[in-house]
Amino acid sequence: MPDTPVLRLTGITKTFPGVRALSEVSLDLYPGTVTALVGENGAGKSTIVKILTGIYRPDAGSLHIDGRETRFASAQDATRAGITAIHQETVLFDELTVAENIFLGHAPRGRWGLIDWPEMRRRAVQILARIDAPLDPSTPLRDLGIASKHLVAIARALSVEARVVIMDEPTAALSQKEIEELYTLIARLKSEGRAILFISHKFDEIFRIADRYAVFRDGAEVGAGMIDDISENDLVRLMVGRDMDRIFPQRSRSLGDEVLRVDGFAHPTEFDGISFSLRRGEILGVYGLVGAGRSELMQALFGITRPSAGTLRIDGRPIRVRAPADAVAHGIVYVPEDRGRQGAIAGLPIYQNVTLPSLERTGWHGILRPRREFDLARTYAERLELRAAALDQDVGTLSGGNQQKVVIAKWLATEPRVIALDEPTKGIDIGSKAAVHAFMADLAAEGLAVIMVSSEIPEIMGMSDRALVMRQGLIVAELAGEALTPEALVRAAAGIGAPGEAAA
Amino acid sequence: MSVGARHIPDRMHSPAARLLRRWETLLLAVAIGIFIANSLASPYFLNAWNLSDATFNFTEKAMIAFAMALLIIAGEIDLSVAAIVALASTAMGAAAEAGAGVPVLVLVGLGTGLICGAINGVLVTGLGLPSIVVTIGTMSLFRGIAYIVLGDQVYKAYPPEFAVFGQGYVWWVISVELALFAVLAVIYGVLLHRTSFGRAVYAIGNNPTGALFSGIRVARVKFVLFLLTGLMSGVAAVCLTSRLGSTRPSIAFAWELEVVTMVVLGGVNILGGSGSIPGVVLAAVVLGLVTFGLGLLNVPGIVMSIFVGLLLIGVIALPRLWAMGRR
Repeated sequence: MPDTPVLRLTGITKTFPGVRALSEVSLDLYPGTVTALVGENGAGKSTIVKILTGIYRPDAGSLHIDGRETRFASAQDATRAGITAIHQETVLFDELTVAENIFLGHAPRGRWGLIDWPEMRRRAVQILARIDAPLDPSTPLRDLGIASKHLVAIARALSVEARVVIMDEPTAALSQKEIEELYTLIARLKSEGRAILFISHKFDEIFRIADRYAVFRDGAEVGAGMIDDISENDLVRLMVGRDMDRIFPQRSRSLGDEVLRVDGFAHPTEFDGISFSLRRGEILGVYGLVGAGRSELMQALFGITRPSAGTLRIDGRPIRVRAPADAVAHGIVYVPEDRGRQGAIAGLPIYQNVTLPSLERTGWHGILRPRREFDLARTYAERLELRAAALDQDVGTLSGGNQQKVVIAKWLATEPRVIALDEPTKGIDIGSKAAVHAFMADLAAEGLAVIMVSSEIPEIMGMSDRALVMRQGLIVAELAGEALTPEALVRAAAGIGAPGEAAA
Repeated sequence: MSVGARHIPDRMHSPAARLLRRWETLLLAVAIGIFIANSLASPYFLNAWNLSDATFNFTEKAMIAFAMALLIIAGEIDLSVAAIVALASTAMGAAAEAGAGVPVLVLVGLGTGLICGAINGVLVTGLGLPSIVVTIGTMSLFRGIAYIVLGDQVYKAYPPEFAVFGQGYVWWVISVELALFAVLAVIYGVLLHRTSFGRAVYAIGNNPTGALFSGIRVARVKFVLFLLTGLMSGVAAVCLTSRLGSTRPSIAFAWELEVVTMVVLGGVNILGGSGSIPGVVLAAVVLGLVTFGLGLLNVPGIVMSIFVGLLLIGVIALPRLWAMGRR
């Protein structure tokens, strides 16, 4: 491996109002090398990515490219210096074609400075062929799936002759097959001598594809080195600063009376014939592949989408849920998977997010009482170990894991009967994950009925009393006790007897 | 939980620091500056009756601006407000011709406003159409009806007692309109800043999907906001018609732009999510002082609108430029 880094960050410090996001952080990226950046949510990973891509300017520290000190005044400067990022939700343009997305901002020009379309198409075909992407350059991006969009993003990175490619959780939304294809691509980028910064929460893939690692904790760099010289346990310990002795909390499984009963729920396109019940103190896992209709079912329980048939009972009494406000009034709450859009309300302070559905209780006949709001918000924020500078901090400035805590706090403050959590630990780090798991166990112990939608088998196995498996809008299995095994989950979700069927 | 909970303070900054960061502080400084400049420029400015007259420059528009501020904070807009004023005034004029008394006239004015607001509200929240398109349409519709009904005629059969709203005084130089403006400012200030309804308005403006997923009845709140905007246009129509004593179909022409200018100058984000009623009050005063001051100096109307445009762009751009310098 070459021993001179293509990119070197030293002593980078960045502060935001009330928060020191990075303090004197260093990071080296070498050509032809995959460096894994590891850290809990809020450790400063996104901030360093934004500094590398010219979106933020550091308060202190220096950035060297090929040994020369450089400053990025804008995102364009970073692109020109050969740094590109492929984000979790890749920033591409749905209304433009594949070729236009690849060459946006640096399209080949013909006479009079106009875009040379045939040349652009030719080069797009070339680049797509280089990464074995079976895409037509003239396809509008909106017609592509998430995996294909990633390919376009990578093609774009190649088109600017990127020397440093940043991949921010690139596998979070991909199927296993697509992940394998991405690994092949990363190997190719490596062999072409590009430096790759790979951000991931999945340790198996870090150990599979990374050559080096760098660990951030609370805005500081706490370790870096060769991946071969460190064990998974040591890496986890570096990341969280403590030993992770056991992954899932012990639970006393004492179930109470039936709280929720769903009978014959149906929807024209999303699900059909859904019946199940839920008892106090129970954690019901709902497993299935992406697109099996799990989120849609949860959103129907919560009044976002209206089912075409079926009844809902709380304590045996039928209830009507026509809007989320009705569901909340009956004690059914929902923590959505899409935190940024459906969960937290960025722009409003933490305490207002928490109290939004509880204003009837904190207020007096519609008049707000801020003192009570702060008290209520603090109770749940501290119980969930929220990390924030103050309760009037904008939720949008918190890390993903902490935003999730605000959303959960918002619902707990309503003192619900049934809480449905949709992929509650997706994209959050091991430390926060354990906190969420412990918390769910606490809630169940207090008599709350919990529905946990999850695509992670260990999570379903470790947390659920009982698990439903959904496939193509139907409940295809109900598993509990001895019958609840990883194999049973996978077989039910994939459809036994149809092994060749494509995963949706 | 395993780790002891850390105490999180309520607020990041002290009350004084928060006050300094506010848009309203800047507006207040601008208002004081214009006041001083005006009193130096014209000997007629510092006169209680002249100043009282000046308030008519903004009171009616500001009444609409209060409701418009809530609507824009919630991420919607109503460009038909001036047309609603025209239609409400026309309806009142027709009622007056038919011999209606003052209470009926007021009810007709407010009722027309409410109906127009309800039409906008149903089209936006019921059919899910974008409010800017809907209200550009109803703007032509409402004003068009006024033109069809009136043509080149004028309604002026208003009973003498009807003049109290636009020409009456509560006490000394305090006009009925100024008093109404103050009362409405307090009502809307409380509604937006001190009630759960107001909180819902902010939540919807920042993230409508998130607000829906938090159990807020988003469509209902928006519908009420369109109703309020229509109602306030009706109130403004009563005041304006009473002040002028007559109705032409061109009444309150292009007011929608002046109302939106007032709201934006008041610090309301045109994209929704933030803003305040004190800001709108200050913006109304600033705009009123500017037009009055320039009027005393015999500046022609065209030049005046250039001034107002520059003021708007300047005040909006300054904080943005400052923020860009700091980033």
